[in-house]
Amino acid sequence: MTTVLDPTGELRPETRERVTRPESLNGLTVALLDISKPRGNVFLDRVEEKLTGLGATVRRFSKPTFTKPAPVDLRHEIATSCDAVIEALAD
Amino acid sequence: MTESSPPPLPDGLVAIVKRDCPTCVLVAPVLEDLADRANLTVISQDDPDFPVRADWVRHDHDLALSWHHDIETVPTLLRVTDGVADETVVGWSRDQWEELTGVPGLGSDLPDMRPGCGSLSVDPTRTDELAVRFSGSTLTSRRVEIAALEDEWEAMYDRGWSDGLPVVPPTEARVLRMLEGTSRAPDDIVSIVPPDLVECTVEKVAVNAVMAGCRPDYLPVVLAAVEGACTDEFNMHGLLATTMPVGPILIVNGPIRHEIGMNSGFNLLGQGNRANNTIGRALQLVIRNVGGGKPGGVDRATQGSPSKIGLCFAEDEEGSPWESFAQSRGFDPDVSTVTLFPGEGPRLLFDQKSRRAESLTKHFAEMLRANTSPRMLMQFDTVIVLSPEHMNRFRDAGWDRARFLDELRSHLLIDGDSVIAGVDGIDEGMPDLVAGMQIPKFPPDGIHVVHGGSQAGLFSAAIAGWVTGEMGSVTVTKEIVR
Repeated sequence: MTTVLDPTGELRPETRERVTRPESLNGLTVALLDISKPRGNVFLDRVEEKLTGLGATVRRFSKPTFTKPAPVDLRHEIATSCDAVIEALAD
Repeated sequence: MTESSPPPLPDGLVAIVKRDCPTCVLVAPVLEDLADRANLTVISQDDPDFPVRADWVRHDHDLALSWHHDIETVPTLLRVTDGVADETVVGWSRDQWEELTGVPGLGSDLPDMRPGCGSLSVDPTRTDELAVRFSGSTLTSRRVEIAALEDEWEAMYDRGWSDGLPVVPPTEARVLRMLEGTSRAPDDIVSIVPPDLVECTVEKVAVNAVMAGCRPDYLPVVLAAVEGACTDEFNMHGLLATTMPVGPILIVNGPIRHEIGMNSGFNLLGQGNRANNTIGRALQLVIRNVGGGKPGGVDRATQGSPSKIGLCFAEDEEGSPWESFAQSRGFDPDVSTVTLFPGEGPRLLFDQKSRRAESLTKHFAEMLRANTSPRMLMQFDTVIVLSPEHMNRFRDAGWDRARFLDELRSHLLIDGDSVIAGVDGIDEGMPDLVAGMQIPKFPPDGIHVVHGGSQAGLFSAAIAGWVTGEMGSVTVTKEIVR
Protein backbone atom coordinates (compact mmCIF):
# COMPACT_ATOMS: atom_id res chain seq x y z
CA MET A 1 0.00 0.00 0.00
CA THR A 2 1.20 3.49 -0.86
CA THR A 3 0.13 6.51 1.13
CA VAL A 4 0.11 9.78 -0.77
CA LEU A 5 -0.84 13.31 0.24
CA ASP A 6 -4.03 14.78 -1.17
CA PRO A 7 -2.98 17.49 -3.67
CA THR A 8 -6.39 19.16 -3.73
CA GLY A 9 -7.86 22.05 -1.78
CA GLU A 10 -9.76 19.47 0.34
CA LEU A 11 -12.87 21.59 0.15
CA ARG A 12 -15.70 20.12 2.13
CA PRO A 13 -18.54 22.35 1.09
CA GLU A 14 -21.28 22.60 3.68
CA THR A 15 -24.53 21.26 2.35
CA ARG A 16 -26.75 24.14 1.41
CA GLU A 17 -30.51 23.90 1.06
CA ARG A 18 -31.82 25.06 -2.25
CA VAL A 19 -34.41 27.84 -2.16
CA THR A 20 -37.84 26.40 -2.87
CA ARG A 21 -38.74 26.76 -6.51
CA PRO A 22 -41.41 29.48 -6.87
CA GLU A 23 -44.81 28.42 -8.25
CA SER A 24 -44.85 31.48 -10.43
CA LEU A 25 -42.71 34.51 -11.17
CA ASN A 26 -45.72 36.79 -10.79
CA GLY A 27 -44.85 39.56 -8.34
CA LEU A 28 -41.25 38.42 -7.81
CA THR A 29 -38.19 40.56 -8.43
CA VAL A 30 -35.75 38.94 -10.82
CA ALA A 31 -32.19 40.22 -11.29
CA LEU A 32 -30.58 40.02 -14.69
CA LEU A 33 -26.80 40.14 -14.36
CA ASP A 34 -25.07 41.31 -17.52
CA ILE A 35 -21.45 40.14 -17.40
CA SER A 36 -20.47 42.90 -19.88
CA LYS A 37 -19.69 40.78 -22.90
CA PRO A 38 -20.54 42.39 -26.25
CA ARG A 39 -24.21 41.90 -27.21
CA GLY A 40 -25.12 40.33 -23.90
CA ASN A 41 -27.53 43.25 -23.46
CA VAL A 42 -29.40 42.25 -26.64
CA PHE A 43 -30.05 38.82 -25.20
CA LEU A 44 -31.00 40.18 -21.78
CA ASP A 45 -33.39 42.78 -23.28
CA ARG A 46 -35.36 39.90 -24.75
CA VAL A 47 -35.24 37.93 -21.49
CA GLU A 48 -36.50 41.00 -19.64
CA GLU A 49 -39.46 41.30 -22.04
CA LYS A 50 -40.37 37.65 -21.44
CA LEU A 51 -40.06 37.91 -17.65
CA THR A 52 -42.07 41.13 -17.49
CA GLY A 53 -44.74 39.34 -19.51
CA LEU A 54 -44.87 36.69 -16.77
CA GLY A 55 -45.53 39.37 -14.14
CA ALA A 56 -42.01 39.67 -12.73
CA THR A 57 -40.29 42.90 -11.83
CA VAL A 58 -36.89 42.92 -13.50
CA ARG A 59 -33.82 44.68 -12.12
CA ARG A 60 -30.74 44.93 -14.31
CA PHE A 61 -27.19 44.66 -12.99
CA SER A 62 -23.86 44.43 -14.71
CA LYS A 63 -20.35 43.33 -13.78
CA PRO A 64 -17.57 45.88 -14.35
CA THR A 65 -15.77 43.39 -16.60
CA PHE A 66 -16.52 39.89 -17.80
CA THR A 67 -12.91 38.87 -17.12
CA LYS A 68 -13.18 38.98 -13.34
CA PRO A 69 -15.62 37.54 -10.81
CA ALA A 70 -18.54 39.77 -9.74
CA PRO A 71 -17.55 42.08 -6.87
CA VAL A 72 -18.76 40.98 -3.44
CA ASP A 73 -20.86 44.14 -3.00
CA LEU A 74 -22.71 43.49 -6.24
CA ARG A 75 -23.47 39.90 -5.26
CA HIS A 76 -24.70 41.11 -1.89
CA GLU A 77 -26.96 43.75 -3.43
CA ILE A 78 -28.53 41.20 -5.78
CA ALA A 79 -28.99 38.67 -2.98
CA THR A 80 -30.70 41.15 -0.67
CA SER A 81 -32.87 42.99 -3.19
CA CYS A 82 -34.08 40.25 -5.52
CA ASP A 83 -35.88 36.91 -5.29
CA ALA A 84 -34.03 35.27 -8.17
CA VAL A 85 -31.12 35.98 -10.49
CA ILE A 86 -30.27 35.03 -14.04
CA GLU A 87 -26.62 35.40 -14.94
CA ALA A 88 -25.86 35.52 -18.63
CA LEU A 89 -22.68 33.64 -19.34
CA ALA A 90 -20.54 34.63 -22.27
CA ASP A 91 -20.16 33.16 -25.72
CA MET B 1 3.16 7.00 12.68
CA THR B 2 4.97 10.02 13.98
CA GLU B 3 7.18 10.86 16.88
CA SER B 4 7.72 14.58 17.01
CA SER B 5 9.54 15.36 20.27
CA PRO B 6 13.31 14.98 19.99
CA PRO B 7 14.97 12.83 22.67
CA PRO B 8 17.13 15.05 24.91
CA LEU B 9 20.91 14.75 24.99
CA PRO B 10 22.30 13.66 28.36
CA ASP B 11 24.57 16.21 30.05
CA GLY B 12 28.32 15.64 30.14
CA LEU B 13 30.32 13.97 27.40
CA VAL B 14 28.35 12.17 24.70
CA ALA B 15 29.86 9.96 21.98
CA ILE B 16 27.72 8.77 19.09
CA VAL B 17 29.16 5.61 17.50
CA LYS B 18 28.38 2.44 15.57
CA ARG B 19 30.17 -0.89 15.59
CA ASP B 20 30.16 -0.98 11.81
CA CYS B 21 32.73 1.85 11.72
CA PRO B 22 36.47 1.04 11.89
CA THR B 23 37.24 4.40 13.53
CA CYS B 24 34.65 3.73 16.26
CA VAL B 25 36.20 0.29 16.84
CA LEU B 26 39.62 1.95 16.97
CA VAL B 27 38.51 4.38 19.69
CA ALA B 28 36.57 1.77 21.72
CA PRO B 29 39.38 1.57 24.36
CA VAL B 30 39.39 5.37 24.59
CA LEU B 31 35.65 5.34 25.28
CA GLU B 32 36.10 2.82 28.10
CA ASP B 33 38.96 4.90 29.48
CA LEU B 34 36.81 8.06 29.35
CA ALA B 35 33.86 6.28 31.03
CA ASP B 36 36.17 5.61 33.99
CA ARG B 37 37.63 9.08 34.15
CA ALA B 38 34.71 11.38 33.17
CA ASN B 39 30.93 11.56 32.86
CA LEU B 40 30.52 9.85 29.48
CA THR B 41 27.45 8.47 27.74
CA VAL B 42 27.96 6.44 24.58
CA ILE B 43 25.10 6.30 22.09
CA SER B 44 25.44 3.27 19.83
CA GLN B 45 23.49 3.30 16.61
CA ASP B 46 23.72 -0.40 15.76
CA ASP B 47 25.03 -2.80 18.43
CA PRO B 48 23.45 -2.05 21.85
CA ASP B 49 26.55 -3.53 23.55
CA PHE B 50 29.14 -1.50 21.69
CA PRO B 51 31.81 -0.82 22.85
CA VAL B 52 30.79 -2.95 25.91
CA ARG B 53 27.63 -3.83 27.79
CA ALA B 54 27.44 -1.07 30.41
CA ASP B 55 25.01 1.36 31.98
CA TRP B 56 26.79 4.25 30.22
CA VAL B 57 26.05 2.75 26.80
CA ARG B 58 22.65 3.48 25.26
CA HIS B 59 21.13 2.13 22.09
CA ASP B 60 19.70 4.65 19.59
CA HIS B 61 17.47 1.85 18.32
CA ASP B 62 15.25 4.04 16.10
CA LEU B 63 17.98 6.62 15.38
CA ALA B 64 15.72 9.29 16.87
CA LEU B 65 18.53 10.91 18.84
CA SER B 66 20.97 10.84 15.93
CA TRP B 67 18.36 12.17 13.48
CA HIS B 68 17.03 14.94 15.69
CA HIS B 69 20.50 16.16 16.65
CA ASP B 70 21.75 16.17 13.05
CA ILE B 71 24.55 13.66 13.60
CA GLU B 72 26.25 13.14 10.24
CA THR B 73 29.47 11.34 11.25
CA VAL B 74 30.46 8.65 13.73
CA PRO B 75 32.21 8.92 16.04
CA THR B 76 30.89 12.35 17.04
CA LEU B 77 31.96 13.57 20.47
CA LEU B 78 29.88 16.26 22.16
CA ARG B 79 30.13 18.29 25.32
CA VAL B 80 26.55 18.82 26.50
CA THR B 81 25.39 21.39 29.03
CA ASP B 82 21.72 21.66 29.97
CA GLY B 83 20.78 19.50 27.00
CA VAL B 84 22.66 21.66 24.51
CA ALA B 85 25.85 20.57 22.72
CA ASP B 86 28.28 23.44 23.05
CA GLU B 87 31.35 21.66 21.65
CA THR B 88 31.62 19.06 18.90
CA VAL B 89 34.40 16.93 17.41
CA VAL B 90 33.81 14.54 14.50
CA GLY B 91 36.05 11.56 13.82
CA TRP B 92 39.08 10.74 15.97
CA SER B 93 41.69 13.41 16.73
CA ARG B 94 43.64 12.97 19.93
CA ASP B 95 44.32 16.69 20.32
CA GLN B 96 40.70 17.65 19.79
CA TRP B 97 39.35 14.86 22.01
CA GLU B 98 41.73 15.84 24.82
CA GLU B 99 40.84 19.50 24.45
CA LEU B 100 37.08 18.85 24.46
CA THR B 101 37.14 16.38 27.34
CA GLY B 102 39.88 18.07 29.39
CA VAL B 103 41.27 14.54 29.92
CA PRO B 104 44.96 14.12 28.99
CA GLY B 105 46.70 11.04 27.61
CA LEU B 106 43.87 9.61 25.54
CA GLY B 107 44.62 6.66 23.23
CA SER B 108 48.38 7.06 23.36
CA ASP B 109 48.84 3.93 21.20
CA LEU B 110 46.42 5.15 18.50
CA PRO B 111 47.26 7.20 15.43
CA ASP B 112 46.92 10.96 15.97
CA MET B 113 43.81 11.18 13.89
CA ARG B 114 41.44 9.11 11.79
CA PRO B 115 38.32 10.34 9.92
CA GLY B 116 34.97 8.87 10.91
CA CYS B 117 32.21 7.15 8.95
CA GLY B 118 28.71 8.21 7.92
CA SER B 119 26.07 8.21 10.62
CA LEU B 120 23.27 5.66 10.09
CA SER B 121 20.82 8.56 10.37
CA VAL B 122 22.14 9.97 7.07
CA ASP B 123 22.35 6.60 5.32
CA PRO B 124 20.69 7.24 1.94
CA THR B 125 18.65 4.05 2.27
CA ARG B 126 17.16 5.23 5.57
CA THR B 127 16.78 9.02 5.30
CA ASP B 128 13.38 9.01 3.60
CA GLU B 129 11.92 6.63 6.17
CA LEU B 130 13.42 8.65 9.05
CA ALA B 131 12.16 11.94 7.63
CA VAL B 132 8.62 10.56 7.42
CA ARG B 133 8.87 9.02 10.90
CA PHE B 134 10.16 12.15 12.58
CA SER B 135 8.85 15.02 10.40
CA GLY B 136 5.71 13.55 8.87
CA SER B 137 3.60 15.05 11.60
CA THR B 138 4.36 18.54 10.31
CA LEU B 139 2.35 17.76 7.16
CA THR B 140 -1.37 18.34 7.37
CA SER B 141 -2.65 17.20 3.98
CA ARG B 142 -5.22 14.44 4.03
CA ARG B 143 -3.57 11.02 3.60
CA VAL B 144 -4.93 9.01 0.72
CA GLU B 145 -4.19 5.31 0.80
CA ILE B 146 -3.74 3.51 -2.47
CA ALA B 147 -4.34 -0.19 -2.03
CA ALA B 148 -1.63 -2.70 -2.88
CA LEU B 149 -3.67 -4.09 -5.76
CA GLU B 150 -4.26 -0.66 -7.24
CA ASP B 151 -1.75 0.77 -9.69
CA GLU B 152 -0.75 4.01 -7.99
CA TRP B 153 -0.28 5.86 -11.28
CA GLU B 154 -3.71 4.82 -12.51
CA ALA B 155 -5.22 5.66 -9.13
CA MET B 156 -4.04 9.24 -9.41
CA TYR B 157 -5.53 9.58 -12.90
CA ASP B 158 -8.78 8.15 -11.60
CA ARG B 159 -8.92 10.79 -8.88
CA GLY B 160 -8.61 13.57 -11.44
CA TRP B 161 -5.26 14.84 -10.16
CA SER B 162 -3.45 14.79 -13.51
CA ASP B 163 -3.30 17.11 -16.50
CA GLY B 164 -3.16 14.00 -18.69
CA LEU B 165 0.51 13.21 -18.23
CA PRO B 166 1.76 10.85 -15.52
CA VAL B 167 2.21 12.43 -12.08
CA VAL B 168 4.77 11.35 -9.49
CA PRO B 169 3.04 9.88 -6.40
CA PRO B 170 3.33 12.57 -3.66
CA THR B 171 4.38 10.32 -0.80
CA GLU B 172 5.24 11.87 2.55
CA ALA B 173 8.94 11.17 1.97
CA ARG B 174 8.94 12.91 -1.40
CA VAL B 175 6.97 15.89 -0.09
CA LEU B 176 9.31 16.27 2.89
CA ARG B 177 12.28 16.15 0.55
CA MET B 178 10.61 18.77 -1.67
CA LEU B 179 10.09 21.03 1.34
CA GLU B 180 13.84 21.05 1.93
CA GLY B 181 13.98 23.30 -1.13
CA THR B 182 12.54 26.23 0.79
CA SER B 183 13.14 27.90 4.13
CA ARG B 184 9.39 28.56 4.42
CA ALA B 185 7.28 26.58 6.87
CA PRO B 186 4.93 23.98 5.38
CA ASP B 187 1.88 25.70 6.86
CA ASP B 188 2.75 29.15 5.48
CA ILE B 189 -0.05 30.47 3.28
CA VAL B 190 1.29 31.22 -0.19
CA SER B 191 -1.84 32.54 -1.91
CA ILE B 192 -5.57 32.27 -2.31
CA VAL B 193 -5.88 30.14 -5.42
CA PRO B 194 -8.71 30.65 -7.93
CA PRO B 195 -11.20 29.65 -9.05
CA ASP B 196 -12.36 28.07 -5.77
CA LEU B 197 -10.42 30.71 -3.78
CA VAL B 198 -8.68 28.13 -1.59
CA GLU B 199 -5.95 29.07 0.88
CA CYS B 200 -2.88 27.32 -0.46
CA THR B 201 -0.01 26.40 1.87
CA VAL B 202 3.65 25.83 1.03
CA GLU B 203 2.90 22.14 1.69
CA LYS B 204 0.19 21.98 -1.00
CA VAL B 205 2.49 23.65 -3.49
CA ALA B 206 5.18 21.09 -2.59
CA VAL B 207 2.72 18.20 -3.10
CA ASN B 208 1.87 19.44 -6.58
CA ALA B 209 5.52 20.19 -7.37
CA VAL B 210 6.38 16.56 -6.56
CA MET B 211 3.58 15.41 -8.86
CA ALA B 212 4.79 17.67 -11.68
CA GLY B 213 8.26 16.13 -11.45
CA CYS B 214 10.12 19.08 -9.86
CA ARG B 215 13.32 18.74 -7.88
CA PRO B 216 13.38 20.38 -4.42
CA ASP B 217 15.60 23.22 -5.63
CA TYR B 218 12.90 24.26 -8.11
CA LEU B 219 10.37 24.82 -5.32
CA PRO B 220 11.22 28.50 -4.67
CA VAL B 221 10.49 29.25 -8.34
CA VAL B 222 7.17 27.44 -8.15
CA LEU B 223 6.24 29.27 -4.94
CA ALA B 224 7.02 32.65 -6.51
CA ALA B 225 5.04 31.67 -9.60
CA VAL B 226 2.00 30.68 -7.54
CA GLU B 227 2.20 33.98 -5.65
CA GLY B 228 2.45 35.96 -8.86
CA ALA B 229 -0.37 34.08 -10.58
CA CYS B 230 -2.74 34.68 -7.69
CA THR B 231 -2.32 38.45 -7.54
CA ASP B 232 -5.26 40.63 -8.45
CA GLU B 233 -3.25 42.20 -11.30
CA PHE B 234 -2.42 38.88 -12.92
CA ASN B 235 -6.04 37.74 -12.60
CA MET B 236 -5.53 33.99 -12.88
CA HIS B 237 -9.29 33.50 -12.60
CA GLY B 238 -9.91 35.44 -15.79
CA LEU B 239 -7.00 33.82 -17.59
CA LEU B 240 -8.39 30.40 -16.70
CA ALA B 241 -12.01 31.19 -17.47
CA THR B 242 -11.47 32.89 -20.82
CA THR B 243 -12.32 31.01 -23.99
CA MET B 244 -8.99 32.22 -25.46
CA PRO B 245 -6.10 29.69 -25.63
CA VAL B 246 -3.93 31.31 -22.96
CA GLY B 247 -2.09 30.34 -19.81
CA PRO B 248 0.51 31.69 -17.40
CA ILE B 249 3.91 31.68 -19.12
CA LEU B 250 6.93 31.86 -16.81
CA ILE B 251 10.19 33.65 -17.63
CA VAL B 252 13.03 33.12 -15.14
CA ASN B 253 15.92 35.55 -14.62
CA GLY B 254 18.88 35.78 -12.26
CA PRO B 255 21.36 33.37 -10.65
CA ILE B 256 18.81 30.63 -9.96
CA ARG B 257 18.69 29.81 -13.69
CA HIS B 258 22.14 28.24 -13.44
CA GLU B 259 21.74 26.87 -9.93
CA ILE B 260 18.82 24.67 -10.98
CA GLY B 261 20.05 24.00 -14.51
CA MET B 262 17.41 25.81 -16.54
CA ASN B 263 17.62 25.96 -20.30
CA SER B 264 18.00 29.31 -22.05
CA GLY B 265 19.66 27.90 -25.16
CA PHE B 266 18.83 25.08 -27.59
CA ASN B 267 15.11 24.43 -27.74
CA LEU B 268 14.40 26.57 -24.66
CA LEU B 269 10.68 26.69 -25.48
CA GLY B 270 10.49 22.97 -26.13
CA GLN B 271 11.12 19.63 -24.51
CA GLY B 272 14.23 18.22 -22.91
CA ASN B 273 14.98 20.21 -19.77
CA ARG B 274 13.51 19.08 -16.50
CA ALA B 275 13.31 22.49 -14.79
CA ASN B 276 11.76 24.24 -17.80
CA ASN B 277 9.18 21.52 -18.25
CA THR B 278 8.15 20.85 -14.67
CA ILE B 279 8.03 24.32 -13.06
CA GLY B 280 5.29 25.63 -15.34
CA ARG B 281 3.45 22.35 -15.00
CA ALA B 282 3.62 22.55 -11.19
CA LEU B 283 1.87 25.94 -11.27
CA GLN B 284 -0.83 24.53 -13.54
CA LEU B 285 -1.33 21.53 -11.23
CA VAL B 286 -1.77 23.92 -8.27
CA ILE B 287 -4.46 25.78 -10.23
CA ARG B 288 -6.09 22.47 -11.17
CA ASN B 289 -5.86 20.59 -7.90
CA VAL B 290 -5.87 23.25 -5.20
CA GLY B 291 -7.89 25.90 -7.05
CA GLY B 292 -10.22 23.43 -8.76
CA GLY B 293 -9.72 24.95 -12.22
CA LYS B 294 -10.27 22.23 -14.80
CA PRO B 295 -10.99 22.28 -18.54
CA GLY B 296 -14.71 22.25 -19.11
CA GLY B 297 -15.25 23.54 -15.56
CA VAL B 298 -14.19 27.10 -14.89
CA ASP B 299 -11.47 26.64 -17.53
CA ARG B 300 -13.56 27.50 -20.60
CA ALA B 301 -10.78 27.54 -23.23
CA THR B 302 -12.38 26.75 -26.58
CA GLN B 303 -9.29 25.02 -27.92
CA GLY B 304 -6.58 25.70 -25.36
CA SER B 305 -2.93 25.49 -26.27
CA PRO B 306 0.22 23.64 -25.20
CA SER B 307 1.06 26.69 -23.06
CA LYS B 308 -1.69 25.56 -20.73
CA ILE B 309 0.23 22.40 -19.80
CA GLY B 310 3.00 24.66 -18.56
CA LEU B 311 5.47 26.89 -20.39
CA CYS B 312 8.53 28.08 -18.51
CA PHE B 313 11.94 29.15 -19.77
CA ALA B 314 15.01 31.13 -18.73
CA GLU B 315 16.60 34.14 -20.37
CA ASP B 316 20.13 33.88 -21.81
CA GLU B 317 21.42 36.91 -19.93
CA GLU B 318 25.13 36.25 -20.40
CA GLY B 319 24.86 36.08 -24.18
CA SER B 320 22.91 39.32 -24.49
CA PRO B 321 24.42 42.77 -24.97
CA TRP B 322 21.35 44.25 -23.27
CA GLU B 323 20.40 44.43 -19.62
CA SER B 324 18.32 41.42 -18.63
CA PHE B 325 14.56 41.30 -19.02
CA ALA B 326 14.20 41.43 -15.23
CA GLN B 327 16.53 44.45 -15.04
CA SER B 328 14.36 46.20 -17.61
CA ARG B 329 11.51 45.61 -15.17
CA GLY B 330 13.41 47.20 -12.28
CA PHE B 331 15.18 44.26 -10.61
CA ASP B 332 18.87 43.94 -9.70
CA PRO B 333 20.88 41.42 -11.74
CA ASP B 334 21.80 39.41 -8.63
CA VAL B 335 18.15 38.90 -7.72
CA SER B 336 16.34 35.86 -9.14
CA THR B 337 12.87 36.53 -10.49
CA VAL B 338 10.01 34.88 -12.28
CA THR B 339 7.84 36.91 -14.62
CA LEU B 340 4.33 35.72 -15.40
CA PHE B 341 2.99 36.59 -18.83
CA PRO B 342 -0.56 35.66 -19.84
CA GLY B 343 0.00 34.17 -23.26
CA GLU B 344 -0.70 31.75 -26.09
CA GLY B 345 1.81 29.31 -27.49
CA PRO B 346 4.88 30.74 -29.22
CA ARG B 347 4.87 31.37 -32.97
CA LEU B 348 7.78 31.85 -35.32
CA LEU B 349 9.29 35.22 -36.24
CA PHE B 350 11.04 34.23 -39.48
CA ASP B 351 13.84 36.24 -41.02
CA GLN B 352 16.85 34.62 -42.71
CA LYS B 353 17.96 37.46 -44.97
CA SER B 354 18.10 40.66 -42.92
CA ARG B 355 21.67 41.64 -42.14
CA ARG B 356 20.77 45.14 -40.96
CA ALA B 357 18.99 46.04 -37.72
CA GLU B 358 16.60 48.33 -39.63
CA SER B 359 15.51 45.57 -42.00
CA LEU B 360 15.00 43.02 -39.24
CA THR B 361 13.03 45.45 -37.09
CA LYS B 362 10.76 46.40 -39.95
CA HIS B 363 10.10 42.74 -40.75
CA PHE B 364 9.40 41.96 -37.09
CA ALA B 365 6.87 44.80 -37.11
CA GLU B 366 5.17 43.38 -40.19
CA MET B 367 4.86 39.97 -38.57
CA LEU B 368 3.74 41.38 -35.22
CA ARG B 369 0.80 43.16 -36.82
CA ALA B 370 -0.88 39.76 -36.82
CA ASN B 371 -0.46 39.44 -33.03
CA THR B 372 -3.91 38.13 -31.98
CA SER B 373 -5.40 39.69 -35.14
CA PRO B 374 -4.19 42.46 -37.47
CA ARG B 375 -7.45 44.23 -36.56
CA MET B 376 -6.93 44.22 -32.80
CA LEU B 377 -5.00 47.25 -31.49
CA MET B 378 -3.82 48.33 -28.04
CA GLN B 379 -5.47 45.39 -26.27
CA PHE B 380 -2.89 42.59 -26.34
CA ASP B 381 0.79 42.51 -25.30
CA THR B 382 3.48 40.35 -26.84
CA VAL B 383 6.68 38.64 -25.68
CA ILE B 384 9.46 38.50 -28.26
CA VAL B 385 11.99 35.74 -27.59
CA LEU B 386 14.91 37.14 -29.55
CA SER B 387 17.40 34.52 -30.77
CA PRO B 388 21.18 35.07 -30.50
CA GLU B 389 21.67 35.38 -34.28
CA HIS B 390 18.90 37.95 -34.57
CA MET B 391 20.30 39.75 -31.51
CA ASN B 392 23.64 40.00 -33.35
CA ARG B 393 22.03 42.44 -35.81
CA PHE B 394 21.27 44.81 -32.95
CA ARG B 395 24.59 44.19 -31.26
CA ASP B 396 26.40 45.07 -34.54
CA ALA B 397 24.30 48.20 -34.95
CA GLY B 398 24.93 49.28 -31.35
CA TRP B 399 21.21 49.35 -30.54
CA ASP B 400 20.14 48.94 -26.94
CA ARG B 401 16.73 47.73 -25.78
CA ALA B 402 15.24 51.25 -25.79
CA ARG B 403 16.44 51.95 -29.31
CA PHE B 404 15.08 48.64 -30.58
CA LEU B 405 11.69 49.25 -28.99
CA ASP B 406 11.51 52.82 -30.32
CA GLU B 407 12.30 51.67 -33.84
CA LEU B 408 9.89 48.74 -33.62
CA ARG B 409 7.05 50.92 -32.36
CA SER B 410 7.66 53.43 -35.14
CA HIS B 411 6.81 50.66 -37.62
CA LEU B 412 3.77 49.56 -35.65
CA LEU B 413 1.57 52.61 -36.03
CA ILE B 414 -1.53 51.29 -37.71
CA ASP B 415 -3.80 53.23 -40.02
CA GLY B 416 -7.13 53.17 -38.18
CA ASP B 417 -9.12 53.25 -41.43
CA SER B 418 -7.63 49.89 -42.43
CA VAL B 419 -8.84 48.00 -39.37
CA ILE B 420 -12.37 49.30 -38.77
CA ALA B 421 -15.00 46.59 -38.50
CA GLY B 422 -16.51 46.04 -41.93
CA VAL B 423 -13.57 47.35 -43.98
CA ASP B 424 -12.62 45.05 -46.87
CA GLY B 425 -15.67 42.91 -46.24
CA ILE B 426 -14.48 41.71 -42.81
CA ASP B 427 -16.91 42.25 -39.97
CA GLU B 428 -14.30 41.99 -37.20
CA GLY B 429 -12.35 45.11 -36.34
CA MET B 430 -12.03 48.32 -34.36
CA PRO B 431 -14.90 50.78 -33.79
CA ASP B 432 -15.49 53.73 -36.14
CA LEU B 433 -13.87 56.16 -33.71
CA VAL B 434 -10.38 55.11 -34.91
CA ALA B 435 -11.14 56.53 -38.38
CA GLY B 436 -8.39 58.87 -39.59
CA MET B 437 -6.11 58.01 -36.64
CA GLN B 438 -2.70 56.36 -36.42
CA ILE B 439 -2.96 53.88 -33.55
CA PRO B 440 -0.08 51.93 -31.95
CA LYS B 441 -0.45 48.18 -32.33
CA PHE B 442 0.61 47.57 -28.72
CA PRO B 443 -0.13 49.40 -25.48
CA PRO B 444 2.78 51.34 -23.90
CA ASP B 445 5.13 48.76 -22.31
CA GLY B 446 3.23 46.08 -24.20
CA ILE B 447 6.29 44.64 -25.98
CA HIS B 448 8.42 42.41 -23.72
CA VAL B 449 11.78 41.27 -25.12
CA VAL B 450 13.67 38.25 -23.77
CA HIS B 451 16.91 36.84 -25.22
CA GLY B 452 17.24 33.10 -25.71
CA GLY B 453 17.88 30.19 -28.04
CA SER B 454 20.87 28.44 -29.57
CA GLN B 455 23.72 30.18 -31.35
CA ALA B 456 22.61 29.15 -34.82
CA GLY B 457 19.28 29.85 -36.46
CA LEU B 458 17.71 33.02 -37.82
CA PHE B 459 14.44 32.41 -36.04
CA SER B 460 12.89 34.20 -33.09
CA ALA B 461 9.50 33.72 -31.47
CA ALA B 462 6.55 35.85 -30.46
CA ILE B 463 4.03 34.96 -27.79
CA ALA B 464 0.75 36.84 -28.03
CA GLY B 465 -0.95 37.82 -24.80
CA TRP B 466 -4.59 37.98 -23.88
CA VAL B 467 -6.46 41.13 -22.85
CA THR B 468 -3.97 43.38 -21.12
CA GLY B 469 -4.47 45.84 -18.29
CA GLU B 470 -7.34 46.34 -15.84
CA MET B 471 -9.74 44.50 -18.11
CA GLY B 472 -7.59 41.38 -18.23
CA SER B 473 -4.16 40.52 -16.89
CA VAL B 474 -1.10 42.62 -16.14
CA THR B 475 2.33 40.99 -16.52
CA VAL B 476 3.76 40.41 -13.03
CA THR B 477 7.36 39.83 -11.86
CA LYS B 478 8.07 38.23 -8.46
CA GLU B 479 11.36 37.90 -6.65
CA ILE B 480 12.30 34.27 -5.96
CA VAL B 481 13.05 33.81 -2.26
CA ARG B 482 14.74 30.64 -1.03
